[in-house]
Amino acid sequence: MLSTLPALLLLASTSASAIGKAPQHIAPQKPSARVAASFTDAGPEPALIKVFDSIKHNDLDLALQQSEAITRAFPNFRLAHLIQGDLLLARGRSLKAFGEGGKSTAGDKISSERINDLREEAVVRLKSYLSRPTANFVPRYLLQMLPEQKHAIVVDAQKSRLYLYANDKGTPRFVTDYYITQGKLGAEKSREGDKKTPIGVYHVTSSLPRDRLTNFYGTGAFPINYPNDWDKRQGRDGHGIWLHGTPPDTFSRPPKASDGCVVLSNPDLDALAKSLQVGLTPVIISPTIEWLSLADWQNERQSLLKIFEEWRQDWESRDIRRYARHYSSKFNADGQNYRSWIEQKQKVNTGKSWIKVDANNVSMFRNPGKEDHVVVTFEQDYRSSNLSNQMRKRQYWVKEEGSWKIVSEGSV
Amino acid sequence: MTSIRLNTARLIASLCSVASIATLSLPSYAQSINDINKTVKEGKYAAALEQVDKYLAGKPKDAQARFLKGIVLTEMNKPNEAIAVFTRLTEDYPELPEPYNNLAVIYAQQKNFEKAKQSLEMAIRTHPSYATAHENLGDVYARLASQAYDKALQIDSANASAQSKLALIRELMSRQNKGEKIAKAPEPMEPIKPSEPAKPTRPSEPSKPTVAVPVTTPTTAPPTTAPAPTAPPTTVATTPTTTAKPIEPAKPKPAPAANAEIAKALDAWTSAWSRKDVKRYLAAYARDFKTPGGETRSAWETERKRRIDKPGAISVDYEDLDVVADGDKATVRFRQHYKSAGLKSSSNKVLQMIKRDNAWQIQQERVGR
Repeated sequence: MLSTLPALLLLASTSASAIGKAPQHIAPQKPSARVAASFTDAGPEPALIKVFDSIKHNDLDLALQQSEAITRAFPNFRLAHLIQGDLLLARGRSLKAFGEGGKSTAGDKISSERINDLREEAVVRLKSYLSRPTANFVPRYLLQMLPEQKHAIVVDAQKSRLYLYANDKGTPRFVTDYYITQGKLGAEKSREGDKKTPIGVYHVTSSLPRDRLTNFYGTGAFPINYPNDWDKRQGRDGHGIWLHGTPPDTFSRPPKASDGCVVLSNPDLDALAKSLQVGLTPVIISPTIEWLSLADWQNERQSLLKIFEEWRQDWESRDIRRYARHYSSKFNADGQNYRSWIEQKQKVNTGKSWIKVDANNVSMFRNPGKEDHVVVTFEQDYRSSNLSNQMRKRQYWVKEEGSWKIVSEGSV
Repeated sequence: MTSIRLNTARLIASLCSVASIATLSLPSYAQSINDINKTVKEGKYAAALEQVDKYLAGKPKDAQARFLKGIVLTEMNKPNEAIAVFTRLTEDYPELPEPYNNLAVIYAQQKNFEKAKQSLEMAIRTHPSYATAHENLGDVYARLASQAYDKALQIDSANASAQSKLALIRELMSRQNKGEKIAKAPEPMEPIKPSEPAKPTRPSEPSKPTVAVPVTTPTTAPPTTAPAPTAPPTTVATTPTTTAKPIEPAKPKPAPAANAEIAKALDAWTSAWSRKDVKRYLAAYARDFKTPGGETRSAWETERKRRIDKPGAISVDYEDLDVVADGDKATVRFRQHYKSAGLKSSSNKVLQMIKRDNAWQIQQERVGR
């Protein structure tokens, strides 16, 4: 026991701290009774925790009973069967490795790989479950949701976890979380067929009912809009990234097994589906979630709303210097760079005696990962002395030397 | 496992129908049984079946003959008929471990390991020290584990793994020191106590298995920036545990002169029992009597009353009294002969007795030496 334990512990802690963005608020130990009780847990993690707890206390009879209860409740839950196999085998002989008896049963490469997969699943399931977010911290990406966006999804690829947030009058409130499977080769998709899950701000674009799907996708599928505008700007390609369910022969798939889709167990997908709004629900996929305290989140959000409002007023002012200060020198939109964009605006402005700009239904989502930017989407109502139009507009804001600047802008 | 639960229920309901060892060991029957046994050993199963059926026509309740029939049917590859025979035996003689064991063997052959496990657990509950049952249970656990791994890894290891090697017990009465090779339990046929079937009076603790599977250690303090690294699954060595240690028969102590007082107390006790005088019978037990199953005194009393009150005569007698007294305490050994409507048996009893208010009372009662 003691030879493998420290090594695995080391693995767990280094991989987490290497990212450097791990949330500090998260309870490092067992979930408190309060936290555990305040969520409805239909999934197997609470029961798994109990099994491991019993093993830790060397109550193997209880552990076996508990694992039998899990396999009864989730008959295709392979991880629980593996643990049960170990517990049964331990009655006859000593075991040195997780799932060891499974190896000796078949002894081939495939079963070794499957045992490793299940071991990984156990690690991420337990780690994520034991570090569920507390109520006063939110993923920093959910800066401003639209009032009609009832929920938002934030995926933590590293933790193989999907977090569902409710829009509580503008403030994200944690609802529940689910184990997920991501791409075989991890996250940061950039190419068709690279077996990776994209990182970015997406939304659910449609709902594919079960009868239009093969069994492989389980009880349903929800495509997302990968590649989005930003992805296309970066030259990324690929298609068909979905949230979907699991084939009937297994309760869950290993943490890294899909071709890039985000895969949930069927019960979890069915539960999640009730909160999804086609064309609306944001799906933000992060390498690892950055959490902000509600106070910090509020500050970040206010500063962005403030600068956005300044941009709107500066446009109305028709003073091109005021307007231009909001744009990055790296600006690029529809083939226009900073200079051509500003020059064109200046030309247009000179022919006008007044401009009135309204921005309604403003949503703001921060892009996770290395490409740090904020996607601002809004209904723009533009009126002027000689032209009026309405459009849905999207801007990409980045922070340059401490100030937020627009690097791209256009109609949606 | 419904049927097993049923058996359990019946077992509890038929507390009085305990096997009669004495009956089984009557020489006149034994001769015939021996003849049939010989036929079985010669592999002439059809002939043996005929003989045993003939024998049973005269003595339809005979446990040993029925047991033998179960063996013959098993050998003739008639598992369902064998199951029926052994199942009825467990119903009529729930304290006998051998039919449970053999049921388990057949279930295991049918790859119904869950049922096999239940049967073996019953055998062990009846006789905690039953080595064969423990060994078989170890095998069943291994097979269950293998099934679990197959489900976990989506492989079919049925061909790769060894055939079930559960041991069928061929002798119902594998008596002490007979050196039975298959049934290794030293006293497998010792009835726990007349009308006291399922409760092991002397639970020999199988050595506790220790850990084997991944252990998370959620209490491990993470680096402050780390998101709660709960320890990932890791492994822990275990100690093997399949077999429980058979109970060693204690060496008979040099018998001191039988204490007259204790003999008198025993007489009163057996006589109250035989008269079905529950009140007097229970009065023989000390207020701090250690109930055999650890149940409450009132639960135990209710159960005793229920059994003794059953219709039919009871006769209890004892012989070979051996008393080791130490002041107010005594260890009392004897051979108890019990006879009721449903059964007849002889067993070795050990009582721990204490003298209070000028009367010897039973503090503990168990089967064995």
